Amino acid sequence: MSDTITTESSAAPAAKPKRPKAKSMIMIGEQTQALFENARLAKERGEKVGWSASIFPQEIAETLGLVVLYPENHSAGIAARHQADPFLQECEGSLGYSNDLCAYAKVNLTYSSVLAGQSEVELPDGGKMVRPDFLLLTNNICNQLTKWYENLAKQLNIPIFFIDTCYNPYDYVTETRVRYVRAQIDQLIKDLCEFTGKTWDDEKFQKIMKISQRNSYLWEHANNLMDRKPSPLSGFELFNYMSCMVCNRGKESTTALLEQLNAEIEQHIAEGTSTYPVEEQFRVSWDGIACWPYLRHNLHTLKEYGINMVASSYGKAWAIEYEDLDGMARAYCFASTNGDNASTMISRRLEALKRFGCEGTIYHVNRSCKVMDCQMMEVQRQLSALAGVPFMSFDGDQADYRNYSEAQFETRIQGLVEVMKQNKEAKANG
Amino acid sequence: MADLHTNLSLLETACMNPRAQLDNYLKQGKKVVGCFPAYTPEELVYASGMIPMGLWGGHTELKLAKSYLPAFACPIMQSDLEFGLQGAYEGLSAVIIPTLCDTLRCMTQNWRFGVPSIPMIPIVYPQNRKSPASVEYLISEYEHVLVMLSTITGQMMTEKALCDAIDVYNAHNAAMREFADLANDHLDVITPKVRHAVMKSAFFFAKDEHTAIVQELIDGLKQLPAYKFTGKKVILTGITGEPDEMLEIFAENNIAVVGDDLAQEMRQYRTDTPEKGGGGLRRLALQWNLRHGCSLIHEDGKPRGVMLVRLCGENDASGVVNCLMKFCDPEEYDQPYFESDLRAAGYPTLTIEVDTQNTSYEQIRTRVQAFCEML
Repeated sequence: MSDTITTESSAAPAAKPKRPKAKSMIMIGEQTQALFENARLAKERGEKVGWSASIFPQEIAETLGLVVLYPENHSAGIAARHQADPFLQECEGSLGYSNDLCAYAKVNLTYSSVLAGQSEVELPDGGKMVRPDFLLLTNNICNQLTKWYENLAKQLNIPIFFIDTCYNPYDYVTETRVRYVRAQIDQLIKDLCEFTGKTWDDEKFQKIMKISQRNSYLWEHANNLMDRKPSPLSGFELFNYMSCMVCNRGKESTTALLEQLNAEIEQHIAEGTSTYPVEEQFRVSWDGIACWPYLRHNLHTLKEYGINMVASSYGKAWAIEYEDLDGMARAYCFASTNGDNASTMISRRLEALKRFGCEGTIYHVNRSCKVMDCQMMEVQRQLSALAGVPFMSFDGDQADYRNYSEAQFETRIQGLVEVMKQNKEAKANG
Repeated sequence: MADLHTNLSLLETACMNPRAQLDNYLKQGKKVVGCFPAYTPEELVYASGMIPMGLWGGHTELKLAKSYLPAFACPIMQSDLEFGLQGAYEGLSAVIIPTLCDTLRCMTQNWRFGVPSIPMIPIVYPQNRKSPASVEYLISEYEHVLVMLSTITGQMMTEKALCDAIDVYNAHNAAMREFADLANDHLDVITPKVRHAVMKSAFFFAKDEHTAIVQELIDGLKQLPAYKFTGKKVILTGITGEPDEMLEIFAENNIAVVGDDLAQEMRQYRTDTPEKGGGGLRRLALQWNLRHGCSLIHEDGKPRGVMLVRLCGENDASGVVNCLMKFCDPEEYDQPYFESDLRAAGYPTLTIEVDTQNTSYEQIRTRVQAFCEML
């Protein structure tokens, strides 16, 4: 996820003129800017501002009218703009953290240390990620988030409002999990109202929930339009829109933005055009978080072979559907594939591979993310056998530029292309 | 009654060769259930008439596990999986895996597909222990475990068996605490390596048997005059304080271990299951809510540093060795905070990376020597 990182923005000066920015891209830039500006203004008014885990039920904060910012999203932005180095150095240096830890966490723990006056790293965005007064935590993404937020809470002396979503070793969310999570949601709403002085308005919640459902539908719809051949978009571009689902899922501005995006995609389909800059020769699925520091290199390399990433396991985690608070509890337990067992992961990926006509899968062995990596090999084997498509993996990181080799990525893509080519030829020859 | 040294030797032998312990129980017609780290609900296994046996890895060449785990998964999980894939754990009726960290989450799935001959029983502990609903939820998790255990035994566990098991485990906790206290008066006999063997061996015996042996050790130690130790005293913190080669380096430098906050050792013994509060399952769930100061359990306020400072004071230790399990992110997040608390209280800390796959200890030797001078 990113706060309006475009695949062009990190480019070296381009020789050829850039195509005009799509209106939806301009809208997402404005929305992101508005989020940070709202946070600044809320602080000025003396209101409490929160930081939140990225798959926390955002609808709760939205209903209460609380401004909430997203550290994971923010760290991704810093990494994509190649600004992570001083943050990583400070975290592993003065702050005393191991380099084994999640790089999103390391960037953010340094950032918060600066906000707390304990570090002196220059903030490249001028501190727009304002100092939080509270934290909203879920662990459906990973356990590291729990530890990261424990440390933030201690460092900044602020409370954590926590919904423990529990890992799902089973193929469904057990009813006892739903009851536990629902009880936590009820308590959290009460505690958050008490802490912030806001009041819960059930009618407003119903409205927000409807908006959120509409946005989830639109987001999924936009993703699903990638099933056209050739695809109407360069798949990496969808990463650019993720911030609207991560940070603004319950907002009408997201509805407008996604309607615009869908309209633009539909227009491409109608006109037979695509934002993918070269002829689409291979369609692949991307597994894992984007390798933000090298997004441009990834894209450039794939483009050389006409590979378009038309499906990703990751972006759709934010297409969360439910109808009431019990449904919310169940949906947030089952939202992130990181919180689900291998069978669920495999069945979701298999469906995507088939739907989007993928000819291969690229696995990002994201050094930051043990929960993604530690069962990926088995998932790869089973999925490849079930879907009959080859896969390749490469070493990278969502935010630490030190964990990537351009040469390795290129070589492995070459290998994948060879197999995909053979498969294509075999298919053509019957 | 065996003498002190015979008992110590018995426990050390069990640690050296857990497979022999497993075979011994299997020969007796017992069923054995492997228990991954940490806080596995052994009481449920014991109450179901089976032997819980700890699976905390070990030194082995990693071959098959490389097809499942990246290089940056912790050595315990790497070696547990390697042993499982190689068939070293054949004979176990099941394994229980608590998903207390991200790697453990994935281990449930790797085991499920990689070692299908030994069924995997997951348990997902609640982390929001402030929520009263966490107790009901944990009871339901225990019930899942029990249903799966009953498919092995063909029997349902009884309430009486569970209450008896809780008594056995509380008695074992008390014996281990008494041993740890008494050991500090006999640091000539209870060297770091010996202390570790007494602690670790608990995973390879039925708990009532281990309690009986430890009780004899306690009686044996009480007959000895207190030893005036003149070296340096430290507390160990982390997941495990292994392997023996590392502990021998402490002894070489006249450093004694006088207390620990290790997940494999005293962390599990410092919290009893409450005697009241409802039926056995509810009491076990309440015990989970009472556990304190552990990196694997969410808690506000980073209390571990204060706890370690207190542990140093109570045991007359002059420093802390952080046995940092390689690639253990829960521990890595705690490190800056407890180190800072210890520093503020005037206790130096030495961090040693624990990796059971290590074969060279020279770097650790040099660092322990330097640390010893600081103490």
